[in-house]
Amino acid sequence: MKLFHLFSFFAAYLVADSSDVENSVGQFFSSGHTNNWAVLVCTSRFWFNYRHVANTLSVYRSVKRLGIPDSHIVLMLADDMACNHRNPKPATVFSHKNMELNVYGDDVEVDYRGYEVTVENFLRVLTGRLPLSTPRSKRLLSDDRSNILIYLTGHGGNGFLKFQDSEEISNVELADAFEQMWQKRRYNELLFIIDTCQGASMYERFYSPNIMALASSQVGEDSLSHQPDLAIGVHLMDRYTFYLLEFLEDIHPASKANMNDLFKVCPKSQCVSTPGHRTDLFLRDPGSVLITDFFGSVRKVEITTEAINLTDPIQQQEESSVSEDANKEMYSYVDQLPVSEIIHQKPKQKDWHPPDGFILGLWTLILLVFFKTYGIKHLKHIF
Amino acid sequence: MATAEVERRRGQLAALSIAAVVIVVGVPLWWRTTETYRAWLPVSQIRELAKLQLQLSADVEVVLARGTVTPEQQKKVPLTQTREEEHAVDEDTTLRYKYETRYRTATVMEEDALNKPTAAEADLSLHTLSESPCGSLVLYVIPQSYPLLPENVSVYVGQRRTALLRVGAQAGVGRTLEQLLAHLEPHIKQALRVMSFSHTDITAALSDRVRFNPGSKESVADSMRAFKSSPGYEITFSLLNPDPKSHQLRWDIEGGVQTYIQPLLTKLSSLANFSIDSQTLYYAVLGVNPRFDNSRGAYTLNADSLAHVINPVEARLGSNAASSNPVLNFLLYVPDAHHSPLYIQDHRKQEVPSNAFHSPRWGGIMVYNVDSFYGPEAAFPVDININMAKVMGVFLAQLRLLLGVPSSPPPPGFLVAPRGSAGIADWELDRLMWSRSVENIATATTTITSLAQLLDQIGNIVINDNIAEQVSSAVNSLQLAVAELEAGNLKFALEFSKEAILASEKAFFDPSLLHLLYFPDDQKFAIYIPLFLPMCVPILLSLLKIASEARQRRRERQTKKD
Repeated sequence: MKLFHLFSFFAAYLVADSSDVENSVGQFFSSGHTNNWAVLVCTSRFWFNYRHVANTLSVYRSVKRLGIPDSHIVLMLADDMACNHRNPKPATVFSHKNMELNVYGDDVEVDYRGYEVTVENFLRVLTGRLPLSTPRSKRLLSDDRSNILIYLTGHGGNGFLKFQDSEEISNVELADAFEQMWQKRRYNELLFIIDTCQGASMYERFYSPNIMALASSQVGEDSLSHQPDLAIGVHLMDRYTFYLLEFLEDIHPASKANMNDLFKVCPKSQCVSTPGHRTDLFLRDPGSVLITDFFGSVRKVEITTEAINLTDPIQQQEESSVSEDANKEMYSYVDQLPVSEIIHQKPKQKDWHPPDGFILGLWTLILLVFFKTYGIKHLKHIF
Repeated sequence: MATAEVERRRGQLAALSIAAVVIVVGVPLWWRTTETYRAWLPVSQIRELAKLQLQLSADVEVVLARGTVTPEQQKKVPLTQTREEEHAVDEDTTLRYKYETRYRTATVMEEDALNKPTAAEADLSLHTLSESPCGSLVLYVIPQSYPLLPENVSVYVGQRRTALLRVGAQAGVGRTLEQLLAHLEPHIKQALRVMSFSHTDITAALSDRVRFNPGSKESVADSMRAFKSSPGYEITFSLLNPDPKSHQLRWDIEGGVQTYIQPLLTKLSSLANFSIDSQTLYYAVLGVNPRFDNSRGAYTLNADSLAHVINPVEARLGSNAASSNPVLNFLLYVPDAHHSPLYIQDHRKQEVPSNAFHSPRWGGIMVYNVDSFYGPEAAFPVDININMAKVMGVFLAQLRLLLGVPSSPPPPGFLVAPRGSAGIADWELDRLMWSRSVENIATATTTITSLAQLLDQIGNIVINDNIAEQVSSAVNSLQLAVAELEAGNLKFALEFSKEAILASEKAFFDPSLLHLLYFPDDQKFAIYIPLFLPMCVPILLSLLKIASEARQRRRERQTKKD
C-alpha cells in the first residue's frame, strides 16, 4: 500500500516536472517573433516643442534599456533640442522638472535628423522603398517574424499629423503604408503608439491584421503637456508619455507585465484627456501579450544538441606571391566632375508639357478676342 | 432689323464654336497632359500566377541486387512506374508530387561494390561508378544475406544521393514481380520521405502565401529558426575575450574558415552568396551573472538566463553597413579567469556537451573553457591556442540549422552516414534546394500579385518603364521556374526562382512607387474649380440660351402651322 502511494507520488512529480518543462519551452514560442524593431518619430521643430523631442527620447531610452540594440531602432528627430541656442543646459534633454532625468545621455544614435524627417522619408522607411545608397542604419530591415513598435509624437488633428510645420500625413496614408508592410510580410505584430492631440483619429483607418494601437486622446480632445521647468522655460514632457515612461521604468527584461497594464496607463484623472486603444485587428488576446514583446528584445534560444565531428587538420594558406602582382587591380577615384560628359551632352529627353498657365491664358485670350470683336453688348446673348 | 438678326446669328455661332473648341481640343489636351505615365504590365499573366499550381517531380531509381529477384522476375525488369499525389493547400495553391520510379537490376560493377564489407565503403565505391543528377535518388535493394548493414538497421542513407535498403528474406521467393514491388513500396516511400521533399517541408516553405496554423510547437520552432531565403548572407565570427589580462587568445580563424566552413559554403553557393568576416572583442561581458554550482565545482548558466545574454553583446557587435543581407553572428566566449569553467545547463539541469546555444534567425554562442590549459601558478597573461576543429564543429552544426538544412531525426531502422568534410550530404542539399525554390516562387508570386493589386488600386502612381521591365522579367522567370520544377530540373528551377525573386523585389521596392499622391476629393475640387468654372459658365449659359431659343422657335412654328 505504501509502495503504491510512493509510486503514485513519484509518478505525479515526474509528470509535473515534464509539464513544467513543456510550459517554459512553450512560453518561449508563444509569441511567434524572433526580433524586435522600433521606429520612434518626433515630428515637430522649434524650441517650444521641446516636449516632443523629450517624449521620443524617453521612449528611446526605455526601449534601449530593455534590450533593443541601436541597429534595430530607427530614431527620427525633427529638431535638435540638445544643441539648440536657447537650451540653458546644452547637450541635455530633460524629462523631469528640476532636471532630474537627462534622456539625451551620451549614447544616442539619431538616424534621421532635422529636415530629413519628412512624410516621404517616414513612408519610405516603413514601406522599404529607400534609394539603394541608404545605409543600413537608416533602413527598417524587418522580416515576417519581427515585432515592430512605432511611436509618433507631435502636433496632430482629426485625421492628420503635422510634420515640420509644413506638411502632414493623413490616417489613410498611414493605414495604406501598414497594408503595404503587411503585403510584403514586413512585420509579425505591430504596436502603434501616438501622443498628439486627437490621436485616436490616426488609428481609425487601420485595416491590416496584427496591429494594436494606443493613443493619448480621443477625437475632439487635446493631449496636454505635463509640467514646465522654469529654468529651461518650456514644458518638458507630455502627460501621456510621462506616465508611460513611469510605467516602463518598472519593467525589466524578465518582467511578465502584459498589455492590459499598458492600457491602464494615464487614466483621465492624470491625463485630462482619455487615452484610447484599438485591439480588434490583433489576433492574440492582449492579456497574453507581454510588454517586452514590443518594448524589449527577449531573444528565443535553443540549446545546440549536436556538433559535427571535424577531423581534418587546418590547411595552411599557401603564399601565392607571383600571381598576386598580375592580379593587382588598380583602383582610382570616380571623376567628380565629368567634364567630357557635360560638354558632349545630348539634349535630355523630356516629356513635353504645355507651358504653365497655358489653359488659363488660352481661354482668357479666346474670351477677350470674342468680346473685343463683337463688342461688350453681346454679353446679353450669353447671360 | 436684319443686322440684329445677323448679329444674333454671329453671337450664336461664336458661342457654339467656343464650346466646340473646348470640347474637341481642350478636354483631350487637359486629359493627356494630366494623366500619369503608366507602362503596360502583364496583368493577365500575373492573375494566372496568383493561382499557383506547383508540381514537384523526383526521379527515383531502384536497383535490385542479385538475390532479391528471381530469374523469371528479372526478365520483366527494367520497368518504370509513376506515382502522383495531389494536395490542395488552400483555394489558390495546389501541390502535386510526382515520383517516377525506374526499376532495374544491378550491373556487375555495382554488385562488386555492394559486396564490400561495410556500408560506408560500399557507398564510396558506388559513387565512383555513377553520378546522379540534382534532385534524383538511387536506392539499392539488397537481400537479407548481404552482411553490409548491421542487425537493427534496415536502411542506410549515404553521403550522396544513394541509400541501401535491406529487404526481408521472405520477400522475393514465390511472389510475382508486382507483389515484390508492392512489398517494396512502403519502404521506398519511407526512404523518400527522409531523403527527398516532404509535404511538411514544402508547406512550411509556402508560409508566405498561406497563413496556416502549424500543428505542434516543434513545427512552429522549426519554421522560426531558419533564415528566410535571401540572395546573400553575411556570416560574422566574433571572439569575445572579457579578460585579456589573464588570457591571450589566439585563434586561426582564417585557416579554420577555409578548412571547415568554406566547403559547406561552396556547396551551398547555388543557393546564395556568402560573405564572411571575423572580429575580436575585448572586455565584452555577458549580461548575466553565472552561478557557482558547488556540486560540479564550476559556474553554470541555466537555460532561462540564456535569453538575456545576447542583448548586451549585440550592442557591441559591428555589422557590415554596405549590404542589407541578413547577418549570422557566431560568438566564441572565453570566460574570464575568475568565472572559469563555465557550463551551460539545459532545462533538466544537465550539462550540454557542446556548451553552446543558438538563437533563431540570429546566430550562435559557444562557451569555450580554457582553465584546463594552465595551472594555478602560470604567469598571466597565458598564451592559449584555441582548438579550431572543436569550435568549428559546433559552429558548423549551428550554421546548418540556421540555414534551414532539414534536421528532423530519422525514423527507426534508419542509419544516416556521418556528414563528409563539407558538412552536408547531397540529398540534404537537394531537400534544401526544393524548399528554397518553392519558397522563392511563393514569395515572388505574392510580391508580384500584391504589386499589381496596389498599382491597380491607386491610379495616381507613375509606373516607369524600368518597373514594367522588372515585372515582366519576374513573371517570365516565374513561369520558367514552375516549368523546370515540373520537369524535375532542380538546379535550373532554383536559378530561375532566384532571378524571379530578385526582379520582383526590385520592382516592388523601387523608390519611385511611393504612394504619396493621395488626393482627397475636396482638394481636387478646390484646384479645378477656379481654373475651369470661369470659362465654363459663359459657355454653358450661352448653350442653354441657344437651346431655349431654338425650342421657342419650334413652338412658334408649331403654333404657326396650327
